Amino acid sequence: MRVLFDSFTVLAVSAGAVFFLAGTVGLLRFPDSLSRLHALTKADNLGLGLVVLGLLPQATGPLVALKLITVWLLAQLAGAIVTQLVARAVRRENQEA
Amino acid sequence: MTAAMVLDVGLALLVVAVAVWIVAAGSAFAAVVGFVSFGLLLALAWARLAAVDVALTEAAIGSGVTGALLMTAASRLRPTESRSAGERPGAFLHVVAAVLAVLVSAGLAALVLIPASPAPSLAPAAAVHLPELDVLNPVTAVLMAYRAVDTLLEKIVLLLALIGVWSLAPDRFWGGAPGLWPRSRPDGELTLLARLLPPIGIVVGIYILWVGAIAPGGAFQGGAILAAMWLLIMIAGLRPVPEIHRQWLRLVLVVGPAVFLTVGFAGFFLPNGFLSYPAQFTKPLIIVIEVVLTLSIAAILGLLVAGPPERERQR
Repeated sequence: MRVLFDSFTVLAVSAGAVFFLAGTVGLLRFPDSLSRLHALTKADNLGLGLVVLGLLPQATGPLVALKLITVWLLAQLAGAIVTQLVARAVRRENQEA
Repeated sequence: MTAAMVLDVGLALLVVAVAVWIVAAGSAFAAVVGFVSFGLLLALAWARLAAVDVALTEAAIGSGVTGALLMTAASRLRPTESRSAGERPGAFLHVVAAVLAVLVSAGLAALVLIPASPAPSLAPAAAVHLPELDVLNPVTAVLMAYRAVDTLLEKIVLLLALIGVWSLAPDRFWGGAPGLWPRSRPDGELTLLARLLPPIGIVVGIYILWVGAIAPGGAFQGGAILAAMWLLIMIAGLRPVPEIHRQWLRLVLVVGPAVFLTVGFAGFFLPNGFLSYPAQFTKPLIIVIEVVLTLSIAAILGLLVAGPPERERQR
């Protein structure tokens, strides 16, 4: 059972890391702000989600697991709203230019 | 080289790289963004050194509140930035700064590379009296008991800083509200965040304050989180920025330092000196001081970011 949990953790966290890597590459390589935001949100939502999912079997109790999920939800909330705000600012700047 | 060591070396290199990037950054705004990430990386470094209290403070104050302060400063400076970019400091100033920086680095390197052995430490002596204080987090014990005078002065410095910010106000705006204009639309996403996050943030802030007695946390970190929630509500326009002449506002600002000072002076008559707590009331007194300090810190930090008054006083 332990081995199964551990291999799940390795798999999920690695998959999360891949999303973070892809998001970072996108952030550096994409041509304009809106596509860069698109790349960033993939890293935030899916990457962090997979890392949290992978860490859940390692949690020492239900409270720790709940904290991990809360961290993910809060990061999602902040990420989604900040992305909207940045995108709005970008659009305003484009309209002015 | 173990995995942990690779992580630590990578973190240290990243901190230095970000610091260099901040100095080289073209615009003030970019430098501030760099400064915020620098603070978060530094917080990670403190956490790796097992100094979780310092890590929390660095993330909340060093990166969060200071970052917000610098961000507003950068946006205020934006109109004049390109003009002042031409006024570069002269060669002499560059040389002096370089020499001083090298001296400080050399001194720090010497301390790290040639450590005294055994390293001088007051930790065992401080730990002996922890049970008497009934405060299990040694950092809180040091801040509230052994070095209480430092903590007290720190809060008074914060208050002075706020007075400094307020004194930048033109005469006609004195007593009015700070210039944090609500920038979001009532149906906008910022309003949503300002409705969803504060209930969670306030609970977390109070928890961080309360847990400070037994685990990393305390008045400063808790106060910073509460200040952030207050600012979020004010920026979203859900609640107005208070006018600075309000009695209740001034009361909240000074209640923390005032209670601390009162307890400090009471120490002359009850136990045996300034800021010494009577033995049987140590724990309750520390809790009372921490609670009122948190309130004052939250209000002071929030108003520091809000800036000087920029609107005329309403009746």
